[in-house]
Amino acid sequence: MKKKKLFQAVRFHIGACLIGFLMIYPLIWLLASSFKSNDTMFLDTYSLIPKEWAVAENYASGFAGVGGVKFATFFMNSLIVTVVGTAGCVMTSLLAAYALSRIKFKFSGLWFGCVMLTMMIPPQVMVVPQYIILKKLNLIDTRTALILPWFFGGAFFIFLMVQFFRGIPRELDEAAEIDGCGRIGILFRILVPVVRPAIITSSIFAFYWIWQDFFQPLIFMNSAKKYTIPLALNMYLDPNSYNNYGGLFAMSVISLLPVILFFIIFQRYLVDGIAMDGIKG
Amino acid sequence: MKSKKKKSIYKRTDNLVGYVLMAPWLVGFIAMWLIPAVISLYYSFTDFNLLNTPKLIGFANYVRAFTQDETFIQALKVTFLYVFLLVPLRLAFALFVAMLLNKEHKCLGLYRTLYYVPSIIGGSIAVSVVWKQIFGSKGVVMTLLSVFGIEQSTSLLGNPKTALSVIILMGVWQFGSSMLIFLSALKQIPHTLYESAMVDGAKPSYTFWKITLPMLTPTIFFNLILQIINGFRVFTESFVITNGGPLDSTLSYVLYLYRRAFTYFDMGYSCALAWILVAIIAVFTVIIFKTQKNWVYYESED
Repeated sequence: MKKKKLFQAVRFHIGACLIGFLMIYPLIWLLASSFKSNDTMFLDTYSLIPKEWAVAENYASGFAGVGGVKFATFFMNSLIVTVVGTAGCVMTSLLAAYALSRIKFKFSGLWFGCVMLTMMIPPQVMVVPQYIILKKLNLIDTRTALILPWFFGGAFFIFLMVQFFRGIPRELDEAAEIDGCGRIGILFRILVPVVRPAIITSSIFAFYWIWQDFFQPLIFMNSAKKYTIPLALNMYLDPNSYNNYGGLFAMSVISLLPVILFFIIFQRYLVDGIAMDGIKG
Repeated sequence: MKSKKKKSIYKRTDNLVGYVLMAPWLVGFIAMWLIPAVISLYYSFTDFNLLNTPKLIGFANYVRAFTQDETFIQALKVTFLYVFLLVPLRLAFALFVAMLLNKEHKCLGLYRTLYYVPSIIGGSIAVSVVWKQIFGSKGVVMTLLSVFGIEQSTSLLGNPKTALSVIILMGVWQFGSSMLIFLSALKQIPHTLYESAMVDGAKPSYTFWKITLPMLTPTIFFNLILQIINGFRVFTESFVITNGGPLDSTLSYVLYLYRRAFTYFDMGYSCALAWILVAIIAVFTVIIFKTQKNWVYYESED
């Protein structure tokens, strides 16, 4: 019996490690390729150990940039858009979720329905009129065009936080109300600490989505010096403007670094959050 | 339980406070959804290329899509194929791995985390870059295939017959978030169900089909809707890895819409394409909702 159990455990771990390897292989491959010299890179693509190391060259050439713009510029653009966008998105979503779940105001049901509706419709559907509106407002090719839409909140986050608010007993609000706490006070002093996991989960997902967003910058931005990282990598990919795979792979690694780092720090919240609300990552 | 109704002292101001709190979202909803939706619907009935004034042409754009535009039909085919292959494959694999991890073993947390990583980075350009290389003509997969004696003149991505399957594989690879949802649903199935089945001497396959799967149907239902909506949105992979090629074999719906709008500046037509996509997604959502009573099992029905 004991032997059988051991056998089962060994079989499980071999299988699980095999799947794990396949899952992570593309990432290890990317990291290894970012260390290989351009000359030897495609001679042994399967090998994860570089024949000829070229770490410094690859990263230096990657950071030197493309189209006359340094990679640091792309990085800063991405960072500003992502940090400001995330803050705005989470704040708006929090306020809306609080109103929708705790306050009875006219048509609140209708508005909640509208939130759900926006979740159903792919954002690409609205992209032509949005482009035209932003053009009329002279906002095309500005950072504002990338940040502003996030300040209007996200349906996913509102939904997630509404679910969370609903799980908190109303007695908590009522007790604070009796103590003379206002609506806003109740939200920030009493409820925010309780819904912290939902706020953190939303922040992480918002960060990921904005950081990796490709479609909006592709349409709203024209000049290279305002590009975010995804657009920049797309430029590195174009053989006419850049022909250096080492640099491309190196900067791909750099672009994933904040995402992976975030994931390692917050994975507990993420895994629980997604399991609870079934949000798509 | 009915507690004595307390009259909130805020009743009077509730309307105001509610709308103040909702204001940022409401402004966005009106400016980024409602108005664009109306404009887009209007443009879809016009001939408009950004420079001219939109000229009303009735349903001509819609008629054109279905009767004269072969590339549109191709994009539609590719996207349907993508969604219909990706969604079941991804859900099946997610369920399989979730069941694997729903046992008592060491390091489960580590595996769970490892399998989830592709889901968070999957949408990034960096990952598309990697897939382009791994499945490209000098990539790992081609080398492996030739080791097994399967020599091919073109790479999997260069061959119109196989290119889409590479893109689908990339989607299956991102099964992590579905897996986590399944995992938490599996943990909520009462143990007593399995115990009584064991007493009756039921085989594992029997318990899977008669207990596990029925108990998971609400989760599958939820996942199905999310994944189908997401599937129809596929763009980045198609744009970065293959740019729709070879021979339009990976031309996704949104990529075609994007080209029509921002390469040909065929704005009116692309708005019509957008609304056709909305209609398709709506039809699927409605079908899944309508058939829900036939296959989704809810434990407590009130």
